This record gives sequence, C-alpha cells and structure tokens, in this order.
Amino acid sequence: MLLTNKKSRISADKIFKITATVAGVYVLAIIVLIVFQLYSESHLVWEHEGLGFITGSEWNAVEGREAFGAAPYIAGTLATAGLAMAMGVPISIGIAMFISQAPKFIANPLAIVIDLLAAVPSIIYGFWGLLVFRDFLLYNIEYPLYDTFGQTIWLFSSAPFGLDIFSASIILAIMIIPTISAVSREIMIAVPHMQKEAAYMLGATKWEMFRLAIFPYAKTGLIGAAILGLGRAVGETMAVTMLIGNATGPNAFPQTLFQPGQTMSSIIANEFIEASPASLHLPALIGIGFTLLLVAIAINIVAHLLVSRMLKVKEGVINT
Amino acid sequence: MMSSIQKRAEYRSLFRHNVRGRLIIDKIAMGIVLACVVIAIIPLGSILVEVFKNGLAAISIEFLTQVPGAIGTGQGGIGPAIQGTLIIIGMSSLIGIPIGVMSGIFLSEFGNNKLGRTVRFFNDVFMEFPSIVLGIFAFLTIVLLLGHFSLWAGAFALSLIMFPIVARTTEESLKLVPLTYREAGLALGLRQWVVTFRIVLSAAKNGMITGILLAVARISGETAPLIMTVLGSSQFFAGFDSPMDALPLRIWRLSLLPYDSAQLQGWGAACVLIMIILAINIGVRYYFATKSSSRGKLFYRIMGGKKQ
Repeated sequence: MLLTNKKSRISADKIFKITATVAGVYVLAIIVLIVFQLYSESHLVWEHEGLGFITGSEWNAVEGREAFGAAPYIAGTLATAGLAMAMGVPISIGIAMFISQAPKFIANPLAIVIDLLAAVPSIIYGFWGLLVFRDFLLYNIEYPLYDTFGQTIWLFSSAPFGLDIFSASIILAIMIIPTISAVSREIMIAVPHMQKEAAYMLGATKWEMFRLAIFPYAKTGLIGAAILGLGRAVGETMAVTMLIGNATGPNAFPQTLFQPGQTMSSIIANEFIEASPASLHLPALIGIGFTLLLVAIAINIVAHLLVSRMLKVKEGVINT
Repeated sequence: MMSSIQKRAEYRSLFRHNVRGRLIIDKIAMGIVLACVVIAIIPLGSILVEVFKNGLAAISIEFLTQVPGAIGTGQGGIGPAIQGTLIIIGMSSLIGIPIGVMSGIFLSEFGNNKLGRTVRFFNDVFMEFPSIVLGIFAFLTIVLLLGHFSLWAGAFALSLIMFPIVARTTEESLKLVPLTYREAGLALGLRQWVVTFRIVLSAAKNGMITGILLAVARISGETAPLIMTVLGSSQFFAGFDSPMDALPLRIWRLSLLPYDSAQLQGWGAACVLIMIILAINIGVRYYFATKSSSRGKLFYRIMGGKKQ
C-alpha cells in the first residue's frame, strides 16, 4: 500500500514537471518554428531576387514584370526608428531622471501616467495622429520649417503634406518613451547609493551628481534601454502605417523629412491581404517580415544582454 | 599674513563665481528635465481629450449594438466589432493563459538551471517580437492550412503575444511566495504538484491576475496580427471558422474612409476600445497602489522594463 502510494506520487510529480517543462520550452519551439516558417515561405523570393531583395528598390507585383526590392522599406524603417530615437531617448532619460529623484508622491503617479502612454494601442495613436496631430504638425511645424529652410537645407526641401517620415517618427518617439523611461528609471535606481552620496559629499549639485555618479555607472544599462526602444520602434506597425504616407518603389527611399515613405512593417500591413499566394508578391512580403524579424531579434538580444547585465550588478550590490 | 587674507578673499570670490555658474547649470538641467516630463504627458492628454470628446458624441445604444451600415452613410454601429473583440480576447486567453501559467511555474520552480535561463531570456526577447510577424506566422500556420481566415487564427496570433507576459508575471509572483510555504506543504506529505497548485499559486494569485489582466489589455488593442488572420467582417458571429470583426480592425477600416461620418464612428470605436483598456490598466494600478508595499514592489518589478 505504502509502496504503490510512493510510486504514484513520483509519477504524478513527474507528469507535472514534464508538463511545466513543455510549456516552458514552448517559447523556444515557437521561435524556431517562426524563423523556419518565414524563411521557407519566402525562399521563392530569395531565389528569384537573390541579394537584390535587400538592395533593390523596384517594387512591382504585376505578373511577368515582377520585381521586389526591399531596400526603400528597410531604409524607411531605419530612418523613422533613428529619428524616433533621436527625439525619444533624451526625453525618456529626462523623465527617468525626474522620476528617480522626485518624492514618492509625485514619482509614483507620474510613473503610472507614463506607463499609460504604453497602454494606448498603436491603432489609436494612428487614428489620433491622422485626424488631430497631423494638422497641428503640418501648420505649426512643417510649413514654418519648409518656409524658412526649404531652399537651403535639403532635409526640409519637399513640400509638406503631413503624412510623411517626420510625422511617423514623432508618433514613434511618443510610443517608445514609456519603454525607455521605465527601463532607465529602474537602472538609475539600481545605481548604488554610495556612489550618489559620494558625489553629494564632494559638493556636487543634483545635475553634477547625475553627471559624476549615475551616468558613468549606468551607461551600459541606459544604452540597453535605448536599444530596447529601438527594437520597439522597428516593429511598430499601425500608427506608422497610418502616418507615413505609403509610397512604394524607388520613391519610398527617404530623401527628405517631409516626403512619404514606407517601413517594413507598414508595407506588410498595407499589401498583405491583397497579395496573391500564387505569385511572388506574398513570398516577398513574408521575406520582408523575415528580415524584420531578424533585425528585431538581433536588436532585442543585444538590449536584453545590456540591461540584464546592469541589473545583475544591482543584485550583487544588495547582497554584499 | 596680509597675503593670506588677500588670497582667502580671492578664493572666496572664485568659489562664489564657480558656485553661481554651477547652480545656474543645475537649474537649467532641472528645467530641461521638467520640460521632458511635460512634453511626454501632452500627447496622452490630447489623445484622451480628443477620444472622449469626439467619441462620446458618437456612442448610442444603436451604435453599440447594430451592424455597420452602408459605407459613408454614418448609419449602423460597431456591434460585431465589440462582439468579435470579446470573443477573440476569450479565445486567446483560453490558449494563452494555461501555457503562460505553466511556463511561469516551470521558470520559478524548475527554472534554476541552464534550460530555465535560456527559456527566460528568449521569453523576454519574444515579448518584443513585432506583432505583425506573429500575424504572418499565424497566417501561414492556420489560415493557409485551413484555407480561410478565421477566429482561430486571430486567437492563436494574440495568444502568442499573451503567454510570455503571463509567464513572466507568474514567475515573478511565484518567486515572492516564501520558500517556507512550499516546505510546509512538502513536510505534510503533499505532492509537489498539489503544493504548487493549491498553496503556491493561491498565495501568488494577485500578482498573476495582474499579469493576466495586463496581457488582456495589451492584446485587446492589437491590430496588425488581426489584419491577416480574422480579416474583418460586418456581420455578427458566424462560427469560429469564419472571419470576424474586432474593434481595432474596425477603427483601421474607418480611418481609411474619407467621410466625416466614418471619422465620427472611428472616434466612437476608439472611445469604446480605450475605455476597455484604461479600465483594466487603471483598475490594476489602483489596486496595487493601495496594496502593501511588497505587492507594490512586485508591480514595479513587473512593469519595469516590460512593455505591457
């Protein structure tokens, strides 16, 4: 009696452990499956275009004249994400500085409000951007810039329309602020108190304390936070699709700020449903998805390594 | 003696000059930091004001329950979209939550080894995958296989967004349950799975519910994976194997129409969607803001660095 009881105990726990392990490994299996599926479904276009798929700029789905080059969309993704980083990272770090220093009764609600920015879905950013923000941007920022610098600086040299790389980048910048500022905040809080106290004891002002104690110590983590934001900006779809103006072919190459463009995710969102599975159009879009996935994985792995290394330092400090 | 007094005065003036400059720089830095905070809050404020101002005007009983009318007439409503969103949330939860919870149990109870660390790392990376790629994946595995767009495909795509969030929040909450609870259970002769499910999970309930609700809030606004899986429709539920509408999809379609009436309906749909999401988010946050500090810490650990 006792023996059988013991036996069944072991087996039930084994089943439990195996189930849990399977569920845990599920994520690895899914990642492998996604990479494999996306590659195998897009290999037709890789065969057809070769490396030209990455470097070419022609985009034509008409049968017999098929040409698929994703370079303008890759460039568009890099341009919008880069601009978004240029605007979003300083603002996010400023917010993190404020939240890490402010008294709790201000910092906590403010952190929640910033987190709510991340809760607003992409589609609502897009809708708001299309109907409200676009007008504001067009008349208050884009036209003045165009009127003053349009002749002299090539960045502002095309007539603004409101649906362009510039407006998509600003929306992206708003959308990555919560990610970057939340991680930066954690990292700034993780800097050991002794560092900050040492800076204050030397007579540093608050700003100097940040410059002397926090920034050098947290540099890696802050870079990781920014890269995490970049990963998010690269994959963001709906808001960008609604605001970027959706050019295709060589025209989609980002040349000026006020010119319509296209990103990897936006061209998938725009054309996926119309693409015929029988032609090369669908494999081409899947190929772009595959490229996007590889870029996103690479960015996120780097970001997670940087951030987790920084937060591990924190644990060590607490333990000693 | 004289020289030292003179020197001291000189030092003093140098010091004052130096300090004044540094204090001014400090003030400027503080001003810039404050400006950053204000700049970030303005868009959120504007979105909320516009969505509620324009959206509430569009909302009526008819709007919430009717099928969409003919394009451009401004007739009809978003009934199927609301129904579809609720069904998709339910279905993805059915797939995503069990996997997520089990995966979280694996990470916290059996995850202290190489496999566990690998899973944890890729779980975090997977959380940041572009959702449109998950949509393509669901399209390839389900839509192409079955030959038609379906609710299943959409729910599968969204469950992929959901389970890593649930897994990590489950893990974090299970880790907060003291080891002595587990030891007490095992000492009483209970099996490990009984200890985990009956004692540890019930002690970690609050944190897990937070994670699940935040995951639900996150998927209810997802659009990109739905474009290529459930496609959209203007009819009420017609079976799990057929296309269906969802609120984000409806907003997307309405935004493509050039009519004022479509815009108004879009604001209405956006208002309903954002009310659902904000209710979950603010509810969860309020709940944890009023909880004890250890729960609050858990909350910040979960939120810190994680996109929700």
